[in-house]
Amino acid sequence: MNQIAIKMLMGDKGKYLGIVLGLTFASFVMTQQPAIFLGLMARSYSFISDTGLPDVWVMDPKVQFIDDIKPLQETQLYRVRGISGVEWAMPLYKGLLKARLSNGTFQTCNVIGLDDTTLIGGPPIMLEGSLEDLRRSDGIIVDIDGATDKLAKISDQPGAAKIPLKVGDNLELNDRRAVVVGISKVTRTFQSQPVVYTTYSRAKNYAPRERKLLSFVLVKAKPGQNLQELTRRIRDNTGLVAYTNEEFKTVTYEYFLHNTGIPINFGVSVLLGFIVGAAIAGQTFYSFTLENLKQFGVLKAMGTSNWVLLRMILLQALLVETLGYGLGVGLTALFGYAMRNTILAFKFPWQLLIFTGAGVSIICALAALISILKVIRLEPAIVFKS
Amino acid sequence: MNEDKPAVCCRNVTKIYDTGGQKVTALNGINLDIALGELMMLVGPSGCGKTTLISIIAGILDQDSGSCELFGENLLTMSSQRKLQFRAQNIGFVFQAFNLLPALNAAENVSVPLIINGVKRVTAEKKAIEVLEKVGLGARWRSLPAQLSGGQQQRVAIARALVHNPRLIVCDEPTSALDHTSGMNIMNLFKAVALQHDRALVVVTHDARIFEFADRIAEMDDGHVVQVQTNQPLVAQRH
Ligand SMILES: Nc1ncnc2c1ncn2[C@@H]1O[C@H](COP(=O)(O)OP(=O)(O)OP(=O)(O)O)[C@@H](O)[C@H]1O
Ligand SMILES: [Mg+2]
Repeated sequence: MNQIAIKMLMGDKGKYLGIVLGLTFASFVMTQQPAIFLGLMARSYSFISDTGLPDVWVMDPKVQFIDDIKPLQETQLYRVRGISGVEWAMPLYKGLLKARLSNGTFQTCNVIGLDDTTLIGGPPIMLEGSLEDLRRSDGIIVDIDGATDKLAKISDQPGAAKIPLKVGDNLELNDRRAVVVGISKVTRTFQSQPVVYTTYSRAKNYAPRERKLLSFVLVKAKPGQNLQELTRRIRDNTGLVAYTNEEFKTVTYEYFLHNTGIPINFGVSVLLGFIVGAAIAGQTFYSFTLENLKQFGVLKAMGTSNWVLLRMILLQALLVETLGYGLGVGLTALFGYAMRNTILAFKFPWQLLIFTGAGVSIICALAALISILKVIRLEPAIVFKS
Repeated sequence: MNEDKPAVCCRNVTKIYDTGGQKVTALNGINLDIALGELMMLVGPSGCGKTTLISIIAGILDQDSGSCELFGENLLTMSSQRKLQFRAQNIGFVFQAFNLLPALNAAENVSVPLIINGVKRVTAEKKAIEVLEKVGLGARWRSLPAQLSGGQQQRVAIARALVHNPRLIVCDEPTSALDHTSGMNIMNLFKAVALQHDRALVVVTHDARIFEFADRIAEMDDGHVVQVQTNQPLVAQRH
């Protein structure tokens, strides 16, 4: 009977295609939209991910997320260094500064100042030059996306492509000279401003004169040190806030979750995808069953039990579900792959596969359920009706 | 099975359809016996209850009162599981609109009753092709219903009604969807391959041209059987 069920399903090619495509669409939207959402959310804390070396971030208690800079007094660095369980503690400057391009226009850059001696907190990938090159005078490292786009030079010929910023080129940061000594690759952030790495002391020179310039203290715990205890100790001793990497990511992530319209927007499109997918697929599946009602009636009259008919419909639903789900998820993966080098945010964790699987299962279960109810209630006597 | 009992024995069968308050009495005290080895035709004007009666006889519709025994068994009192099994083993169906499954080829269609009875697919299809040969479609077993003419489809349907060797075959207007010649051919074939001493055939029709194929004709009107005639020349011819 299973074979018959499959043949019945595939016999009507148009309907079959309609159901599968409906489910494909639903699972595509239910995967692709959350993937973009997760990608965007991950961007909110990508700087924390990129700065992998330290275990703990220390900051002003009022800081709400990674880009929310509330500078500390430099003496705080030494207080943190004095706390037991701290292997090392390094300063980090993070701030938005204006860069003057060769053509005279200004571009806001995300400037990161690293500890002068250790250069801890540097970019995850160096494409040209090395981190050590920052020790050269006026040296800065620019990220590739910034170098090729926002910091690129406008060509003299109108209409020609922009000329990317290269190693050896000059910039002006707050009227001070800066020389590009390396090109890095960083994970895209929310603001998608160019990211400029330099040393801490040079960043202080570039930054406008202020009493406090220390953005974060990066802390490495001693081997075997319990991080929760360490963060509590730092808090108690300094009155500052200390988060582990994961905690800081969560704090940042949640700030964006609660203070922007992003989750609602994506929630709505996922819901719409679910509803449209359910409507198309569920409706086609149901009308497929309705059209085949006479056939089910014939089988029933000839002695097929409701239980067997139920199994046949479930099998049909399972088949279209698997196909639609596979195609939808596959399309999403393909989409993500095609967009890998673009500005589009995209993150496809395995949990999302489960989420979509559950969504498509619900659609198919609903469609199968109403079909099954219809077939169970079916009077076999309809077979004689013409 | 009790051999001297009739294949079908209806006593005082009534059926009232209730469609949203409006009651239609489709059968109003039917008494009818159908013997093994005979072809009984049910005739009468449209709406007189022919289809309703064979639905009850075939066990796919329950009467409201009266009794209808099939081979001495009362389907009304059977468990639904037993009833399904009884239908699967004992009854073959032929419909006006053929009702073949469009996605299955002729052999697969014919094998459905065997598969319902738990026969393995390969065995069932082999048997199905044998029966298709009997109805003259052995070469067309791979064809889908849509690739066959109406007459050919009805032959496939007859093969399907025969394949599991049931003791009762019910047909509702088997020739109405066919032209005259095909209809006659179908009835000739049907009598030739389906009639057996241990099987009863019930054919509903209002196609007067095929009355000659009946052993007995039960004439119905307004929910009653008004008379049962024996088709003398035919019966005489056979004895
Ligand atoms: N499912 C149903 N619900 C309500 N009324 C019905 C139903 N089926 C049949 N009837 C009514 O019962 C009566 C008998 O119908 P039935 O189909 O048995 O007649 P019939 O003799 O087969 O007619 P025809 O020659 O037109 O096929 C008719 O009045 C019909 O309208
Ligand atoms: Mg009828």
